[in-house]
Amino acid sequence: MAFDSFSALLAMGGYAKYVWPAWGLAALLLLGFVCWARHERRQLFEQLRRRRRREARAA
Amino acid sequence: MWTFIHKLGSPKWCYTLCGRLQPGFWAAAALLLCVGSVWALGYSPRDYQMGDSYRIIYVHVPSAILAQSIFIAMAVASAVLLVWKIKVADMAARVMAPFGAAMTFLALFSGSLWGVPTWGTWWTWDARLTSMLIQLFLYLGVIALRGAFGSADQGAKAVAVLTLVGVVNIPIIKYSVVWWNTLHQPATFTLTQPPAMVASMWMPLLVMVLGFYCFFIALTLYRLRNEILRRESRTRWVQELAD
Repeated sequence: MAFDSFSALLAMGGYAKYVWPAWGLAALLLLGFVCWARHERRQLFEQLRRRRRREARAA
Repeated sequence: MWTFIHKLGSPKWCYTLCGRLQPGFWAAAALLLCVGSVWALGYSPRDYQMGDSYRIIYVHVPSAILAQSIFIAMAVASAVLLVWKIKVADMAARVMAPFGAAMTFLALFSGSLWGVPTWGTWWTWDARLTSMLIQLFLYLGVIALRGAFGSADQGAKAVAVLTLVGVVNIPIIKYSVVWWNTLHQPATFTLTQPPAMVASMWMPLLVMVLGFYCFFIALTLYRLRNEILRRESRTRWVQELAD
């Protein structure tokens, strides 16, 4: 372990304001892309089903 | 081999294959990124010059490597589209672009944050930084150009040409630290030499790089499936899938 305590980990040896935003953006981007991709897929299926129902009614 | 490539060009077959490959890459990405993060933040030793600020390297280097790899992958897909007119290649190029742009931005952002304590400035018009900024504009250009065409086929062709022209920036980024005087340090990982860091520092970095790669592959497979459904939404197999 490179740090003595959890608060020392958070303090990052005085570099907290540089290290954590960099890691934070990385986490945000990765999670954001996962959410976006899942949202995209759900919407696609909804669209497909809606069109299917519409066509079924027209037929 | 040729029948495999031929099959890969079929959207339906490609959709199934992506679905089968996907879980493994998601699992590998989750595992590598979790292990890598804990190792990098908590267990790798402090740098004797930069202190703990060097821990930025663990997001900076993976994102910078991906920023370049993704563009190369897009260029390969573009070449495949132009030569063999395989539509799945264009779909792949399209879904990769936003993540590539995000990784380029992350590399620039984390680099800036790292620059403040180590170089005393968050930005300088140095060869490596400037070529990386151009890379970000190339990604944004590729994404924007597609929307500028009324016909999807025309847009795909134009995007493929721009991607192939833009790939010239990749060697410029790579060799910028060799060709010009620069503040930026040379590459951490090379194929020919062992890294100039101690193993306890570069091993978590390698884990993070692999984790980012797996994440990118998993995300691309997932979004490629979305793109296939979107473009093939009129076909019967997609409509049956929705029921």
